[in-house]
Amino acid sequence: MLSPEVVTELLSVEEREEIEAEAAHYPVRRAVCIDAMLIVQRHRGWVSDESLGAIAELLGMSTADLDGIATFYNLIRRRPVGRHVAMLCDSVSCWIMGYNRVRDHLCKQLGVPMGGTTADNRFTLLPIVCLGACDRAPAMMIDGELYTDLDEQRINTLLERCE
Amino acid sequence: MATITERPLTSRLRQDREPVLAEEYERAGGYQGLRAALRMAPNEVTDLVKRSHLCGRGGAGFPTGMKWSFVPMGKDAPHPKYLVANADEMEPGTFKDRALMEGDPHQLIEGMAIAAYAIEADIAFIFLRGEYQLSARRLTQALAEAYERHYLGRNILGSGYSLEMYLHISAGRYICGEETALLNALEGKRAHPRAKPPFPQVSGLFGKPTIVQNVETLCNLPHIVSKGAEWFLGLSPTGEGGTKLFGVSGKVKKPGLWELPLGAPLRELLEEHAGGMRDGTRFRGVLPGGASTDFLVDEHLDTPMDYAHVAKAGSRLGTGTMVVLDDQTCPVGMVWNLEHFFAQESCGWCTPCWSGLGWTEKILLAMEEGTAVQHDLEILKFQPKFMAPGNTFCAFAPGAMEPLQSALKYFGDDFQRHIKEKRCPWR
Repeated sequence: MLSPEVVTELLSVEEREEIEAEAAHYPVRRAVCIDAMLIVQRHRGWVSDESLGAIAELLGMSTADLDGIATFYNLIRRRPVGRHVAMLCDSVSCWIMGYNRVRDHLCKQLGVPMGGTTADNRFTLLPIVCLGACDRAPAMMIDGELYTDLDEQRINTLLERCE
Repeated sequence: MATITERPLTSRLRQDREPVLAEEYERAGGYQGLRAALRMAPNEVTDLVKRSHLCGRGGAGFPTGMKWSFVPMGKDAPHPKYLVANADEMEPGTFKDRALMEGDPHQLIEGMAIAAYAIEADIAFIFLRGEYQLSARRLTQALAEAYERHYLGRNILGSGYSLEMYLHISAGRYICGEETALLNALEGKRAHPRAKPPFPQVSGLFGKPTIVQNVETLCNLPHIVSKGAEWFLGLSPTGEGGTKLFGVSGKVKKPGLWELPLGAPLRELLEEHAGGMRDGTRFRGVLPGGASTDFLVDEHLDTPMDYAHVAKAGSRLGTGTMVVLDDQTCPVGMVWNLEHFFAQESCGWCTPCWSGLGWTEKILLAMEEGTAVQHDLEILKFQPKFMAPGNTFCAFAPGAMEPLQSALKYFGDDFQRHIKEKRCPWR
């Protein structure tokens, strides 16, 4: 168990305010735990053991209970990521429209396999399920923005934009 | 066939893909449906929706008005009651709710307010998948506008009815689209489905009466209330009522999304709207309503795309967004891709699903890699029986079996070739 002082130290004022604003929508406090982890992740890129412990304490949950929830949801990251995160759709329409070619090109350009982070910490490359852009396949997201109709040239342009 | 040009759900969508905001929405007749609903009694709204025959557009196709009629009403009913918009669009091949939320967010909010009023809900949530960040930004903006203009909040438009509406951003997983799993996710738990009964209409979110509806279903409500049940029924040539968003992806000339009468023929969709197959490719089959629907093939091209006719053809209307299989694409590889998705997304709650889908994916991969033997095909053929409806906790695994069982039926020779030639003939 963490003391309230440690929780205050581990979560920023901003993070705690955002969590409390969301918590007001629910009749029980633990209901906000998924929102809380996404809030912390938005600020820090991922949810560390320390952050997880602090959120659990803030919401009156056990760390194990919260980690069980964290690991269920694929958009909650329990490991650090690079400065940019690329999520490449590997579902059916993109697969038909050239996923394999696009994936191989991305891996080659970045020098990492799917799931990897580049040595300079610039990029993390992750697979993602159908992004709902099937009429413009293949599709990927970089840092929350959707990019469609991917081919080798377009990928090169997109990667160049990310410092 | 008569061309019906009415497109109530999409007529306001802008060519430049910018969102229709409050002023423009109101100018185009927006929030008139809510105004009309607030002048009716809640049960009159439910009756109207029942008479319209509106059925769920998220995949299962349950009659909307009937679903609402199970909610306890009156002064002894438990409160708060909840309305939830299922905006967790994750069915592979599906891209329809995104268009509605990005392009016309107020239409969803108005539809939700009408549904909430009909069941006397106090609180509404939009359960939005995390990847739909543009939808999130536009819905946030539209929610603020709707509060400002008194379409939400306390004493809506002076009616005495109050409703709070919140946007919930999900953290992923396909199973959240299952309505009881969605409720667990909203409660901050692992998204396992719940046993039914009790049904969510009676005991849902936090144990209170709850209605969960798909985005497209809700978007129909302002139009049904404004124009009536007879108008809605008249939109569909086959009498099922309304229009449907249909999408086509795969190797067609013009992949896209169109609002057409419910019951438009499959051939018209594929050949006229989607422009037919790309040069050098031939049509082999289509998943008519997303990943968890049975393939339809050449002989089904004249099927009217509505619930009853697609069921009669051996599949489901599902989400109405289709994925086309062409002759340059390996059907075994395509089914492997689908089952890889399902195996990965299984929530792990019941054994037939997590175990059966794992085996299914492994066998299909072995076929693709040329290491499968004849006996594997027998094991594969058993899986749709093993994971049949009734053998699993929810509809996830039976849905996952639909593309597999139909692929085995229509593309059986291709499975055999993988085993005999010890390789994928398409590679």
